[in-house]
Amino acid sequence: MPKLTVDGIEVEVEAGATLLQACEEAGAEIPRFCYHERLSIAGNCRMCLVEVEKSPKPVASCAMPAGDGMVVSTKSEQVKRAREGVMEFLLINHPLDCPICDQGGECDLQDQSMAYGVDGSRFHENKRAVEEKYMGPLVKTVMTRCIHCTRCIRFSQEVAGVPELGAIGRGEDMEITTYLEHALTSELSANVVDLCPVGALTFRPFAYTARPWELKKTESIDVMDAVGSNIRVDARGPEVMRILPRLNDDVNEEWISDKTRFVWDGLKMQRLDTPFVRINGRLQPATWEEAFAAIAARLKDVDGSRIAAIAGDLACAESMKALKDLYTSLGCTSIDCRQDGAKLDASNRGAYLFNTTIAGIEEADAILLVGTDPRKEAAIINARILKRARQKDVEGGLKVGVIGPRNDLTYDYDYIGAGPQSLKDLGSFGDVLKNAARPMIVIGQGALTRKDGAAVLAEALALAKSVGAITDEWNGFNVLHTAAARVAGLDLGLVPGEGGRDVEGILEGASSGEIEVVHLLGADEIDMNRLGKAFVIYQGTHGDAGAHRADVILPGAAYTEKNATWVNTEGRVQLGRRAVFPPGSAREDWAILRALSGVLGKTLPYDDLDAIRAAMEADAPHFAMSDVIAPVTEMPSLPQGELDAAPFETPVRDFFMTNPVARASAVMAECSAGRAAAARIQAAE
Amino acid sequence: MSVRRLDPNQPDSFAFTAENVEWAKKQIAKYPEGKQASAVIPLLWRAQEQHDGWLPEPAIRYVAEMLGMDYIRVLEVATFYTMFNLSPVGEHFVQLCGTTPCWLRGADDLKEVCRKHIGPEGKVSADGKFSWMEVECLGACVNAPMVQINADFFEDLDASSFERVLNDLREGREVKPGPQSERHASEPEGGLTSLTTVGDPQTGGGD
Repeated sequence: MPKLTVDGIEVEVEAGATLLQACEEAGAEIPRFCYHERLSIAGNCRMCLVEVEKSPKPVASCAMPAGDGMVVSTKSEQVKRAREGVMEFLLINHPLDCPICDQGGECDLQDQSMAYGVDGSRFHENKRAVEEKYMGPLVKTVMTRCIHCTRCIRFSQEVAGVPELGAIGRGEDMEITTYLEHALTSELSANVVDLCPVGALTFRPFAYTARPWELKKTESIDVMDAVGSNIRVDARGPEVMRILPRLNDDVNEEWISDKTRFVWDGLKMQRLDTPFVRINGRLQPATWEEAFAAIAARLKDVDGSRIAAIAGDLACAESMKALKDLYTSLGCTSIDCRQDGAKLDASNRGAYLFNTTIAGIEEADAILLVGTDPRKEAAIINARILKRARQKDVEGGLKVGVIGPRNDLTYDYDYIGAGPQSLKDLGSFGDVLKNAARPMIVIGQGALTRKDGAAVLAEALALAKSVGAITDEWNGFNVLHTAAARVAGLDLGLVPGEGGRDVEGILEGASSGEIEVVHLLGADEIDMNRLGKAFVIYQGTHGDAGAHRADVILPGAAYTEKNATWVNTEGRVQLGRRAVFPPGSAREDWAILRALSGVLGKTLPYDDLDAIRAAMEADAPHFAMSDVIAPVTEMPSLPQGELDAAPFETPVRDFFMTNPVARASAVMAECSAGRAAAARIQAAE
Repeated sequence: MSVRRLDPNQPDSFAFTAENVEWAKKQIAKYPEGKQASAVIPLLWRAQEQHDGWLPEPAIRYVAEMLGMDYIRVLEVATFYTMFNLSPVGEHFVQLCGTTPCWLRGADDLKEVCRKHIGPEGKVSADGKFSWMEVECLGACVNAPMVQINADFFEDLDASSFERVLNDLREGREVKPGPQSERHASEPEGGLTSLTTVGDPQTGGGD
């Protein structure tokens, strides 16, 4: 533990810490461009120079280990002059185009030049100009602005695991590019824009639309997958302008997937902004009163057993609570939140959570992936597995085994088999799991949405127990969800009650006429043709499959438009906040259900958000604690069943098109088309 | 130096000859398991030799696949080192040293000869026999000015001797690498002025 003095303040830092970290510990601010806590150290921008006693020259603090007894000065005249010199060199070739640069207002170079820039230039030669580089539909480049910090290169190699960015040429002619300027293929690619300290890489869809100081920033939670990435929603007036990641070391660190980031234009397209009622086969705009009246008229005298409710992938906990209470009060027990038909058991949280936690991946030494492609289903979690695989402290390296789809996961793995039989015969990987101190088994929705899903789940849980993945200190059994709503739905018990039907049963019942009324709470992924002649109430945000089939449409609020509770795949309760208001006469979903309950004469006992949250806490106490994971005390035993031989498939066939918001987004459509075209070219070769 | 780009006209494919594959395997085997990427420069160099002195894009991919490297990493190497030619070169590739010692001794005259007899820098001459490029110091300053043609140094040049060398090469005549003046290697011009007698090995004496 070296002790050193920084600007007269004595600090003690961990062995192996850098001078820069020691300086920060002492409260000194060190300017930097290339250094980033989550990337390897490059030491090439030289902006972090500090003066160290007995050192003849200033030293780059990011690359210098803190030594015992060092006396460091970060504010001396020499340091100031050295940094001014560095800044002058950086600005030699940097264009003076801040007024038309999208980074303006949030640019490290702009900020630092306020402190270390000089007011004139001594450089009379021509500035260099660099040809634009194509990096795909998400990342816009203005490469003349690049200062060669190489953060983007290190990110793509180390965090995204898709090393496709590089620096060609050298010296003044060094240029950042992809191989032959192909589009970036990583699901995390746009994080390079956040990392870029200048305006060389900016968001193409955000280009020239807003300035950072005009935007109202709201801290919220993402719902594009079940990771629950922490996001910041930047809005101007009624419009979401962009979405950025927010720091949370336990969940997404500081990365978000491209879908999370660029889905915002989907929030403006195809929106349901007024209620609709189907009259004479055509959906007609209506008032809320008319819509509720149409529902009340249809539900009158319909027995509870002939009613069903399905909650979709983007439903918040509050709305699902209200949905369940309303339909339970109507005597309906056919309520299901698993629209994909996953055979998950809601009775014990341990059986449907990602128990190891996302941060816990960094302690695992062997991981078995069953029926999942985490790169597509939860890109952030895949990045965490890659991070673990790249850490040096696992003896012999992290061992990953895969049963299911054989895709590029960005790290090496042992391929064990395609289908459930491989769970029984793991081959040599069985020993790897047995010998591992902290093994993990991750079971994806691809393994659970099958007919034998329950048996696969039971088999995986039994395997976890038999290899010692479940001990007092370590729980290595994990279910990886793909839907942001799923865990909250299971927590609140949105599963068929006594005599109730599950999604499959509801669809069968609707086709045969046994189910007369179906309420879809944002459920768009079911086969609408199987709803038969049922009266369909669609409550949601987008004119997607559900709305097309609906008899009554109740326009709801998207995730950026309501204060809502989300539970991620780990079981972490997180609060999303409203950034903008819902469009038109759309309303928050729980409030719609509360209002409907009044019309139906079954008034729900909560009038505001606090009251419904109190009701949720009464159902499931862990809803009282946001940002923490309620510990799972006991793992269940599940009954074994017959395993089918069919191979597992991932439920996410197209990463960019997994939900109604993404399907409405033009940016996502462009990404999807680009990816498909690239795949065709690859297949042709 | 200037911005280096891949040539717009590329062959469809590239593969080492059987002999070069054997050679490459030996090179790769020099490095420990997991460090095969260390062989990238020798392999690229051999690819350039095999492909008439320049490195086509398919060769970059070929070498990357051989070494388990990402394409972009090999492209970085190929564009970093100026000795990898990314565009076609002439049968006789003239690298003309323009660094201070050669420049002081008349490299500018040699450049003029190149422009006259070959054409603009970096362009292959119409007959395909020559191309030339100015390079930094090739380490033969004692015999400045000098050029390197393919693997040979031609030293102590002046405009006329350089023209003679180029003409001989064009006509397919034998040329003598090394100093084109009277002197031998880097001995003093006009004969030895010191070490004229061999000393006594016992005493180490001499003059």
